[in-house]
Amino acid sequence: MKILVCIKQVPQKDAPLKLNEAGTWIREDVPYEVNEPDAYALEEALQQKEKHGGEVVVITVGPPRSQQVLREALAKGADRAIHLADDSFVTLDAVSTARAIAVAIEGQSFDMIFTGLQSDDYGFAQTGVLLAELLGWPHATIIIGIEKTESGLRLKRELEAGQYQWMDMPLPCVLTIQSGINKLRYATLMGIKQARNKPLQQLTRTHLEGKLGTNLQTIERLYVPTKQKTTEMLQGSPTEIAKKLVDILRNELRVI
Amino acid sequence: MPETILVLAEQQQSKLNRVSLETVAAAQAIAKETGWQVEIAVLGHDIAAIEEELAAKKAAKVYAIESPQLAAYTSDAYVHVLKEFLAGRQPKLVLMPHTYQVRDFAPRLALALGKTVIPDAVGYKYENGKLLFTRQMFQGKFAADVSFSDAGPLWMATFQNAAFRGDAAEVGTAPVETLQVTVPDGVIRVQPHEIFREARQAVDLSQSEAIVAVGRGIKEQKNLAMAEELAKLLGGDIAASRPICDAGWLPLDRQVGSSGQTIAPKLYIALGISGAIQHIVGMKGSRTIIAINKDAEAPIFEIADIGVVANLFDIVPPLMEEMKKVKAGAY
Ligand SMILES: Cc1cc2nc3c(=O)[nH]c(=O)nc-3n(C[C@@H](O)[C@H](O)[C@H](O)COP(=O)(O)OP(=O)(O)OC[C@H]3O[C@@H](n4cnc5c(N)ncnc54)[C@H](O)[C@@H]3O)c2cc1C
Ligand SMILES: Cc1cc2nc3c(=O)[nH]c(=O)nc-3n(C[C@H](O)[C@H](O)[C@H](O)COP(=O)(O)OP(=O)(O)OC[C@H]3O[C@@H](n4cnc5c(N)ncnc54)[C@H](O)[C@@H]3O)c2cc1C
Repeated sequence: MKILVCIKQVPQKDAPLKLNEAGTWIREDVPYEVNEPDAYALEEALQQKEKHGGEVVVITVGPPRSQQVLREALAKGADRAIHLADDSFVTLDAVSTARAIAVAIEGQSFDMIFTGLQSDDYGFAQTGVLLAELLGWPHATIIIGIEKTESGLRLKRELEAGQYQWMDMPLPCVLTIQSGINKLRYATLMGIKQARNKPLQQLTRTHLEGKLGTNLQTIERLYVPTKQKTTEMLQGSPTEIAKKLVDILRNELRVI
Repeated sequence: MPETILVLAEQQQSKLNRVSLETVAAAQAIAKETGWQVEIAVLGHDIAAIEEELAAKKAAKVYAIESPQLAAYTSDAYVHVLKEFLAGRQPKLVLMPHTYQVRDFAPRLALALGKTVIPDAVGYKYENGKLLFTRQMFQGKFAADVSFSDAGPLWMATFQNAAFRGDAAEVGTAPVETLQVTVPDGVIRVQPHEIFREARQAVDLSQSEAIVAVGRGIKEQKNLAMAEELAKLLGGDIAASRPICDAGWLPLDRQVGSSGQTIAPKLYIALGISGAIQHIVGMKGSRTIIAINKDAEAPIFEIADIGVVANLFDIVPPLMEEMKKVKAGAY
């Protein structure tokens, strides 16, 4: 099985975010990390390779800083990496991101492409599905289980409200992976060492000349959302707050 | 002829997904401001009851697109059928609920038509003749107003669950047009099987009056004991956000949210939960929400009744102390 895993670098969950001057995005000087479902997608690819053999290739589209997510993936066991590197790539919409990935892997015959089900920052939830359309491959979304069969794959799709569905899928295909599909591994010291010698291909904007579309959407403004409720914020020392909470639990809510 | 807003209603196993009515209400609201008209389409097989229900809404028309090959949902068949239907009708705007099914086919459908989908909007604005869709970003920390860069037709957008009230959809009588379609052999490449639930859930959180829910802020599995003790003091149950269940620290039946349980207890205490929308939809009906989070900007505070900005490990131990004192009748 030859598997491509698409990995996006996103701002760290706990990072305090500030608006940029244009009010269209956040300021870039924040710590970054791997988009959470993409970590599960990588782990799934590594486990599939361990079971069935093959190759795991990781790819990211983003500025130089995003090379870090590829390094981490190589350290965890990916065989090689492709970096479509340019500062301007952050403003590509999901279609152009998918186009960029499609161009980068032209002529390499993958059996499966994994993406996360959505990004933690923009949350578009489209890149993988769009890539499938560009390649003319079948796809399935929000996958929580993958088994190889004789004719292709048997997939477990997560549906809403605790429901699931099995489905049979031929190869090649694109799957968008849900968090929780497996247990994540950590990179070992040995893995980190070996990663230094693994191939990391760099592609620049010139490789994509004329192959990306224009954004069909415009972010007019970004802002902090207005509150729906009035929240009573409790202040004081921990003990004072504890006392206030107990007073509320006892006298207002009558639960104790 | 006025421009058309087409609502794609969703059905599964010949049952209307109620969230479709929220999308109808949204379309009606936009139509009121823009002067456009609303039409509704539904795909499936054996869906007469659904057609009837939709026809009782205020709309210019209901399209029932029928085929035995649409009995079970596949993205392949949906994209094939809808591409042809939309290319022929050219509605200005196509609105859909942001369900798992729509997430599965809509991006592909849009690209096949050379268009784009603005996903997961929580509302819209109509400003100086410009239609903007508001969506949450960075897990709810920011909102963005997004517009289409082209002039249409075939703008497409999806609305998040509960962004509009389904019972606010205006009633009326809409004519139904049935379209029998066929999906050529070879279009459907996947084979979907039955929809199922995992073995019966061991706990039914919906019966609980008080829930102490933990999120990633709980840091380590061993710290769950503290939250469990707090739940016990309240006579309630422990629950969790998805990452806690993903990590296997608690079983899946403790998960609250769009892919877990939906609950509305008297009291919901959120410990170290950021308040992502997929979590919020599962608990926002709670009578009183108390949130303890170290980040003053965490979106959970937007829906909390009582908020504490602090390290939960500083607050929960003295809170339990005080509760024990009260219970022992010390005051
Ligand atoms: C008008 C507009 C302006 C924007 N401006 C900015 C900006 O200034 N700065 C900025 O940072 N972003 C900006 N974005 C966000 C944009 O770059 C998104 O990242 C892009 O639209 C893809 O959407 P998503 O990241 O939500 O991916 P989703 O579709 O939610 O991602 C799903 C999966 O696809 C894969 N994937 C997605 N993106 C990549 C990638 N780059 N490399 C590898 N795999 C990937 C991952 O596996 C991911 O889990 C803008 C978007 C738009 C539409
Ligand atoms: C299709 C789909 C379905 C999903 N379904 C669900 C679902 O059913 N349920 C669900 O919950 N999620 C679901 N999610 C995931 C959801 O998007 C969020 O990722 C998740 O809810 C975040 O969990 P969290 O709040 O525990 O973690 P985080 O977002 O990481 O938040 C942790 C919070 O803890 C705070 N914190 C950290 N340390 C402390 C401390 N010492 N004291 C106090 N506060 C602290 C931080 O400030 C932060 O706000 C789904 C996502 C998708 C895409």
